[in-house]
Amino acid sequence: MVTIGLIYDVLRWEERALIESAKREDVNIKLIHIPSTHIYIYGEEHNISMDIGLQRCVSHQFALESTIAFEALGNRIVNNSYSIAVSNDKLWTTALLVKYNIPTPRIVIAFSQEQAYRAIEKLNYPVVIKPLNGSWGRLVSLARDEEELRTIIEHRTYMPSPIFKIHYIQEFVKKPGRDIRAFVVGGEVPVAIYRISNHWITNTARGGKAVPAKIDPELEELVLRVAKIIKGEILGIDVFEDPERGYLINEVNSVTEFRNTVAATGYDLPRKIISYLVNLVKR
Amino acid sequence: MPSAKCPICGLNIELPDDVLPGEIIEHECGVVLEVVGDDNNGITLKPLEGISEDWGE
Repeated sequence: MVTIGLIYDVLRWEERALIESAKREDVNIKLIHIPSTHIYIYGEEHNISMDIGLQRCVSHQFALESTIAFEALGNRIVNNSYSIAVSNDKLWTTALLVKYNIPTPRIVIAFSQEQAYRAIEKLNYPVVIKPLNGSWGRLVSLARDEEELRTIIEHRTYMPSPIFKIHYIQEFVKKPGRDIRAFVVGGEVPVAIYRISNHWITNTARGGKAVPAKIDPELEELVLRVAKIIKGEILGIDVFEDPERGYLINEVNSVTEFRNTVAATGYDLPRKIISYLVNLVKR
Repeated sequence: MPSAKCPICGLNIELPDDVLPGEIIEHECGVVLEVVGDDNNGITLKPLEGISEDWGE
């Protein structure tokens, strides 16, 4: 019987669904609750026995560091530490996508207040300022004019963490009242949703409504290219629809939530994930 | 039915048979608790520290 190590910190709906799905598929799940665990980074005799690990920590740092630790002991973890590290960092993600000619919103980075104000000369207002590492729409700000930009940048500059002194400024994309979350599982795009909202932040965590989305060949090919570049296997990829440029990749999520997607589409994504991992082990 | 003591009010809390580490429990005393494993392969409860700035997808 295949044993999947479920590496997690908070037991959300998703983790419960994965556990139940594994039971139905006759797959053994070894629960690895990171806050209750310590990991020796030496000596295989200390390794936690599993055929493959599935990283599900809601803390970005726990996800990255625990994956690194388990990989050091020779474990195969999905997603791997490289893809987690890249997708945790919006600039790193954007830089890689731009390097490989993946369409993205226009981004400028500034490392001081003054340069942030100057950076807007080549972007038009409004602009969106985001933390390099964040999720659920948290601390994402819209600046409609210079006054708002100055207020936001000044506040960020005085936040204690140095990461807030790096200003990731994205052009505001005129979305059609929605964006797309497309899921990649092992080289396939089995399901996608539109996240519909009157607000420009469309995360379902911020009230965006999920409905099934059509996956056309262009979208499918684009997100699969992204997955290959990021070296991720199970991803939630956020896509904007620009009226002139078409699909633009906004960001990549390596420990993706899917409760709303399963509810909206009826697609059994937990089963797809479990099956994928089992097939990886059996190869 | 497993149980554990609330670390804040001291009352015993009965937990579901299928309780797992990482679950979040709201206790009647008003505190939100997190289930964690202990050294004896049992479970214990600690106050949830709240959504951290690095939580997300």
